[in-house]
Amino acid sequence: MAIPISYSLRNLWVRRLTTALTAGGMARVVFGFAAVLMLARGLEDTLVSTGSPDNALALRRSSQAEVQSILSADQAAVVETQPEIALDGQGVPLAQREVVVLISLTKQGGAGPGNVVVRGTSPLSLAMRRQVRLISGRMFKPGSSEIVAGKNIAQGFVGAGLGGALSFAKGSWRVVGVIDAGGTGFDSEIWGDLDQLRQAFRRNVYSSVLLTLREPGLYEPLRKRLEDDPRLTLEVKREQKYYEDQSEAMARFIRILGLALTIIFSVGAVLGAMITMYAAVANRTVEVGTLRALGFRRRDVLLAFLAESLLLSLLGGLAGLAGASLMQLVRISTTNWATFSELAFNFRLSPVIVLETLAFALGMGLLGGVLPALRAARLNIVEALRAE
Amino acid sequence: MSTPPESIVEIENLCKSYRRGDQVIPVLENISLSVPVGQFLALMGPSGSGKTTLLNIVAGLDRADSGRLVVAGTEIGGLGEVDLAAWRARTVGFIFQFYNLIPVLSAFENVELPLLLTPLSRHERRSHVALALDLVGLHQRRSHTPSQLSGGQQQRVAIARALVSDPTLIAADEPTGDLDKVSAEEVLELLARLNAEFGKTIIMVTHDPRAAARAGRVLNLDKGALIA
Repeated sequence: MAIPISYSLRNLWVRRLTTALTAGGMARVVFGFAAVLMLARGLEDTLVSTGSPDNALALRRSSQAEVQSILSADQAAVVETQPEIALDGQGVPLAQREVVVLISLTKQGGAGPGNVVVRGTSPLSLAMRRQVRLISGRMFKPGSSEIVAGKNIAQGFVGAGLGGALSFAKGSWRVVGVIDAGGTGFDSEIWGDLDQLRQAFRRNVYSSVLLTLREPGLYEPLRKRLEDDPRLTLEVKREQKYYEDQSEAMARFIRILGLALTIIFSVGAVLGAMITMYAAVANRTVEVGTLRALGFRRRDVLLAFLAESLLLSLLGGLAGLAGASLMQLVRISTTNWATFSELAFNFRLSPVIVLETLAFALGMGLLGGVLPALRAARLNIVEALRAE
Repeated sequence: MSTPPESIVEIENLCKSYRRGDQVIPVLENISLSVPVGQFLALMGPSGSGKTTLLNIVAGLDRADSGRLVVAGTEIGGLGEVDLAAWRARTVGFIFQFYNLIPVLSAFENVELPLLLTPLSRHERRSHVALALDLVGLHQRRSHTPSQLSGGQQQRVAIARALVSDPTLIAADEPTGDLDKVSAEEVLELLARLNAEFGKTIIMVTHDPRAAARAGRVLNLDKGALIA
């Protein structure tokens, strides 16, 4: 049997101030690491959950986002008559032409202007997007200059709250309702009547057609038929995939930049752990000599000191993770590069992030501990026993 | 490899030197010695005479430059490091001048350490440790850490640790060197008992003539050589 783990644990406890300071340094880096992953995950979750699994979106081919897409009325009419589209209780196809435009509004608290997505649609889209519900006021009336605001917009922009009025497209638009889309991207949009908004923005085209499929499995034949139709030059995406693609570039950027910075900072934490462990070896040279004299092998000593370093980093990892988990309460609002519009999302902790973060912390412990542990294992017994 | 059982240590022409820069400093020169089973041997001599080096070599902590050394039937000069560690765990119990207990472990856990290297079950280990602590009269203080024990008590715990795995040989390096007169007497009494009642072979390095007087045989070293 190797040197018991209680030996390593109690040594950490005996020098608890040093342990706390070293683990604190590691916790700070671990916090940054976890926060970056949580930020990227929050962005992805927000955008991916914006889509519904049985919805598909028809856009102009090669357009990255709805704001870049143009569909003529003829094209939209062809899309709406496809047999895979589900019907509502009255036999009306669940297909919604939409127009998406970016406007600039003033943020609350003097934070300057921000781009906001305005979506021209109809009350039917509430039935097609089941995660969206009205939380106050009512839905806009068709043919009127009424709008409903996503709750992030209602809270974050001047005049966007219930009963407020917004000026854009040479008109005044009254906010008659606030929608809650369950933390998805629609929370950061304004919805109004399709035809009113098309006229106001002088658009005689549409941005997209949203379709609800009779069943998700019918997506592939629908996509193939529409994309192969030479009249259309369309691209059909599952709604979830569309939003996932939107999150990809920004999530990747956050991860790469964040992790690069974290890894640079982690060098300091690794050095801190290394210094602590070298000091531990220096203070316990006689102990190492005694353990070796009693018959413990070099490998046992190596493992005991490595275990100590790993326990230290685990402590830092758990502390950092505990701090990072509080970040779930923080809401971030930033520009989504795919649409250039404002998007609000939360830091989100997942089991995978917990495991990745703890692995990162243990990796730091391993790197910081391996050289001191090797030094301890290589000590000459007689010289170690003679140490002061 | 095997030697007759009546001799536990057989040394022939053992030499050891240290190198300091270009200088070679001889520490032991042509030592030949035989220690019978069950002997209580005291090694005496002035500082730097090589007595601790000789003890370290016999106990498998250090290696000789030349000569033949058979301890408990094994020619330990030919053992690799891992085998030598396993041999030490099986064969030798160590007692050090400054006790060398692990500060973060209790008396019980310190005594249990050598048994972690044996195939004994947890239950067996516990009963062995209890016996050893009983023998040194410290069973009541089994959960105390070294800092909660006096010097004499710490050395008695170290003696319990040295004998718990029932080693063939006990190597004691100045076991009374850091103790007051009363504690030293208790420790020497205990060593004499281990030798007389349990037949343990003890090799003890000491400066203290009173300690040496408890041994059955006293050898003096001077400048790396045994003096008759």
